[in-house]
Amino acid sequence: MAQTPLLDMQDIEIAFGGVAALKRARLTVAAGEVHALIGQNGAGKSTLIKILTGAYRKSGGTIRFDGREADFRTPKEARESGISTIYQEINLVPFRSVAENIFLGREPRRFGLIDWKTVQRRASDLLESFGLHIDVRKPVRDYSTAIQQMVALARAVSSDAKMVIMDESTSSLDEREVELLFTVVRRLRDDGRAVIFVSHRLDELYALCDRVTVMRDGQTVAESTMQEMDKLRLVTTMLGRTLAAVVHEDSAVKQANLEKRGAVALSAQSLAAGAKVANVSLDVHAGEAVGLAGLLGSGRTETMRLLFGADRPSQGTLAVGGDDVSFRSPKDAIARGIAYLTEDRKAEGIVPDLSVRDNLTLVCLPALTKRGIVDVAKQREIVDGFIASLGIKLRSPDQPVRELSGGNQQKVLLARWLATHPRLLLLDEPTRGIDVGAKADVAKIVRELRDAGMAVLLSASELEELTAVADRAVVIRDGETVAQLDGAQMTEASIMDAIAYGSGEKSTLAQASAAQGNEA
Amino acid sequence: MIDKTQPAAPLAADAQAAPPRKKRGIAIQREIVVLVAMIVFNLIFTDHFWSLQTFNVNLTQVVTIVIVGIGMTLVVATGGIDLSVGASMAIAGALAPMLFMNIDGPLGILLAFTLPVLAAALCGVFNGLLVTRLHVQPIVATLVLFIAGRGIAQVVTDGSLQAFNNPAFQWIALGKVAGVPFQILLMLALVAIFTWIVRKTLFGKYLLVTGGNEDAAYLCGIPTARVKLIAYTLCAALAGLAGLISISVNSSSDANVVGLGVELDAIAAVAVGGTALTGGKAFITGTLIGALIIQLLRYTLLAHGIPDAAALVLKAAIIIAAVYVQRRRGS
Repeated sequence: MAQTPLLDMQDIEIAFGGVAALKRARLTVAAGEVHALIGQNGAGKSTLIKILTGAYRKSGGTIRFDGREADFRTPKEARESGISTIYQEINLVPFRSVAENIFLGREPRRFGLIDWKTVQRRASDLLESFGLHIDVRKPVRDYSTAIQQMVALARAVSSDAKMVIMDESTSSLDEREVELLFTVVRRLRDDGRAVIFVSHRLDELYALCDRVTVMRDGQTVAESTMQEMDKLRLVTTMLGRTLAAVVHEDSAVKQANLEKRGAVALSAQSLAAGAKVANVSLDVHAGEAVGLAGLLGSGRTETMRLLFGADRPSQGTLAVGGDDVSFRSPKDAIARGIAYLTEDRKAEGIVPDLSVRDNLTLVCLPALTKRGIVDVAKQREIVDGFIASLGIKLRSPDQPVRELSGGNQQKVLLARWLATHPRLLLLDEPTRGIDVGAKADVAKIVRELRDAGMAVLLSASELEELTAVADRAVVIRDGETVAQLDGAQMTEASIMDAIAYGSGEKSTLAQASAAQGNEA
Repeated sequence: MIDKTQPAAPLAADAQAAPPRKKRGIAIQREIVVLVAMIVFNLIFTDHFWSLQTFNVNLTQVVTIVIVGIGMTLVVATGGIDLSVGASMAIAGALAPMLFMNIDGPLGILLAFTLPVLAAALCGVFNGLLVTRLHVQPIVATLVLFIAGRGIAQVVTDGSLQAFNNPAFQWIALGKVAGVPFQILLMLALVAIFTWIVRKTLFGKYLLVTGGNEDAAYLCGIPTARVKLIAYTLCAALAGLAGLISISVNSSSDANVVGLGVELDAIAAVAVGGTALTGGKAFITGTLIGALIIQLLRYTLLAHGIPDAAALVLKAAIIIAAVYVQRRRGS
């Protein structure tokens, strides 16, 4: 780069509770460019952005913004210096008008009063320059998410922001809306403003961005222009190789296992719902572990929720054990022998103040109840059994579950579902945020369950973990199944290839590594 | 921090195997200490405190608050709140005299005890449906009957005060068993029953789960809507029962007065009793102790010549203190 970049962050460090979240992270963005910031869950990109915008304070490193040393103590300071952030959850005031939202806090005044005519005229002019013709007097909540994003952008533009950070702005938009948004982003770029764009949709990054910074494990691992970074390299750099103490099974074993698997336990055809799931089809047999692979935001969690009846599909069919089903709520899915370990352990898993005992028996509790009264002896017996068999470390089963470590909480939640003797186990990121030892335990448990004849569908961001446990993989990309890779065909390379290119064009690497090809 | 190294971990786990039981079961420890301290203070500084009469006076004054507070605890445990309990009391209080004054004999008494409580329960069903079906925020949903309920009670009675003297009906408030007022025994029995329900029954577990993590509860197939509906219904039914006690004590029913302001006393008792207003916890005995603390505070101040108006300020202070302590414990 010839001239000084607009933003130059070097050697940024921060630790939370003694654990380093960022070490030597780097980000340089020039004026007039759209810069992609990508990385897995927990790679540190949100932390880096939060340091930049003053939500967190760095413990080391330097930030230069607009030619000056910058260390924003509050988001307000960052905003006043010309950094505007648009989050996934848009922070607009829903009940106020579009015009008000755009000029909130900076309303043009006349004789000490807000000059509404000017506010509305300027807001309307601004949006029209984006190609958006809407009534600016209507409350923001009346408009779609895309238009709300646009309003947030307009606010950034009108406040003369030098840099706009867009954090997963497109994740809830449809194609047409994304295109509209991109037009505006390009206009910002052409005005000489810098845009940091965080997204997990690869195609979008290539359509929009000029340069890219890839983060992994709290470090910046690659910086380059988008042209120099092809999709496969991007995916491999991003996913990297994080070593988990998971013992790999031979692909021959996996193949053999596939041959002796049982009947189809669950079959989904062309499922679609909302903006995240467009066309997902998959089968899970009894006695096999199927990996659901895909980047963050590709629709893995949303697919699992559809299979479990937590959300209802707008299209497609679902069959369990050969019978067509339509779940109205998770209760129906549970009755059919389906169990679902959620990705977000805290928000959707544990009941923090309740004891381990009650948490563990939550789903099977009705079976332990006679005339409304819980049979405590039976409950204790089951809980003690799982504590021993899964190796859950705790002081007492009566301890509140929040006091346990992440890995042990995960085992409690797994036990909660195993206690219902499910036929199909849906595991969404079962190893997320747990230590290496616990990861290996979870992998071992999953294998044992599969060998005992259970059907398992699991997702994992770490491909190595996925290929270690799963017998075959279903790859989804932007809410569509793009590949089904069986036994020997399933390698990290072939999965990454499918993630990067979908079912269409094939890379040379994939053709070389999987000579048979990998048709869906 | 020191135990972080791998080999020490199992050791630490073993060493800590003993203490947890001690920590459990006395979640409302602080509240008990406060209550005992206040009793000790009064034993030393307040004349005639150690008498059956003082005991009965203080307890009978909290009976309605505690009974309403039990139901409130259930609703609060689901993460909700019920502002309409006073109105439910008024409705039950308005209906009962009409029944036992117009229908003679045991049948009238029987109906006077059952129908008003059922009517109050219907108010609870209404609240529950607003909260679960229409997803109205509990504080707004119950505001409807908070405003309208008392109006209904006034319409039923034409706004007139109903005075009566019916020993059979009023026994619920005035009767005594071995020198102890029956209403106190009733209150204690209800506290015991609901403590048991919360601890031992499926409903009790579901109650705590619904308030503790509703998303998780839903994904575990727990009928959260039904649990909430039952909580609101029980709360209103208990309020109805409290309404019957209230009118029996006064030998009259005035729809304007019965249960006036009880919602705030009940919520205060729940908060002081250690039940988090954010849901997921239900300390029924805590609510009893919370109500006793508030009552004893008022009694102490009165006994020492401090006016009731000043007592109200102190009552507010103690609620703030209780919530503050809760927040610190929660974080």
